Amino acid sequence: MHRFANPARFLRLATILLPWAVGVTVISLVAGLAYALVLSPADYQQGETVRIMYIHVPAAWMGMFAYTMMAIASAVALIWKHPLADLAGKASAPVGAAFTLICLVTGSLWGKPMWGTWWVWDARLTSMLILLFLYLGYMALQSAFDDPRRGQKAASVLALVGFVNVPIIKFSVDWWNTLHQPASVVKMGGPAIDASMLVPLLLMALAFKGYYVVVLLIRIRTEIAEAKIRTLRMAELHG
Amino acid sequence: MNDFLTMGGYGGYVWPAYAIALVVLVLVLVLTLRGAASSQKTLDLLQQARGGRRSRRGAAPVGDQAVTPSTVDTGAERP
Repeated sequence: MHRFANPARFLRLATILLPWAVGVTVISLVAGLAYALVLSPADYQQGETVRIMYIHVPAAWMGMFAYTMMAIASAVALIWKHPLADLAGKASAPVGAAFTLICLVTGSLWGKPMWGTWWVWDARLTSMLILLFLYLGYMALQSAFDDPRRGQKAASVLALVGFVNVPIIKFSVDWWNTLHQPASVVKMGGPAIDASMLVPLLLMALAFKGYYVVVLLIRIRTEIAEAKIRTLRMAELHG
Repeated sequence: MNDFLTMGGYGGYVWPAYAIALVVLVLVLVLTLRGAASSQKTLDLLQQARGGRRSRRGAAPVGDQAVTPSTVDTGAERP
């Protein structure tokens, strides 16, 4: 694993991966939007509001995925002091927070016409809001100490402790009564959703994942550059 | 075309959902690209100032101390 800990190696890998990730994102986004907005049918119960799903559900998946990545990176950083792991966690947080925010806002816009309310304090919605606060807390902790290494360590511990929230989000619709509908894609016995709606959903999910990879690669690259800058400045100061 | 815009009467919910997702994602991307450009510029300047003795490849030594993340010196993060 330490082969990839080498920033120079990572940079070479990122240079190769980046154009592919951009390509996948653009193509799946264009196709996904075409299906989501035009080619897919309206739902027999929910009418045209079902189109919000193609943003809302992939955003929710990405919010949880980015947090899982952040928690793994934090564990690797805390246990093995892997030099790139901290950077990966740090780069992941703002993207995950953005997706979580999109999930909450679009959910609200979907809830108003379908449930008659913008918000309910039930398990699924509340645990998703907690996810957003965990992201914000992680980012705030990073810069809360004079010694940035202590800040990063505290943030990593928060990311790990907060990971307990991710399975709670996933299973909240099964464990508690809620207005929110249960899972219809990732469930036992295969997806309970028609192909005409599954296609745009998966295309948008791919687009969001591609976007995540693109932004993550660029942000890690920036963090490596910042680390080099600090090293060079330090060398200047101390001769 | 009009049907497309009204979304069966739900246009007021569907379109803002797509618009907000677009705005947030574009904003994060722009901030990311801007941050990348400014660090690369600073790094290039610093490396030039050192007379280009350190090549790009060797500029980042592997090790806990060398690549420890710390706050970016934007001023915004340090009160």
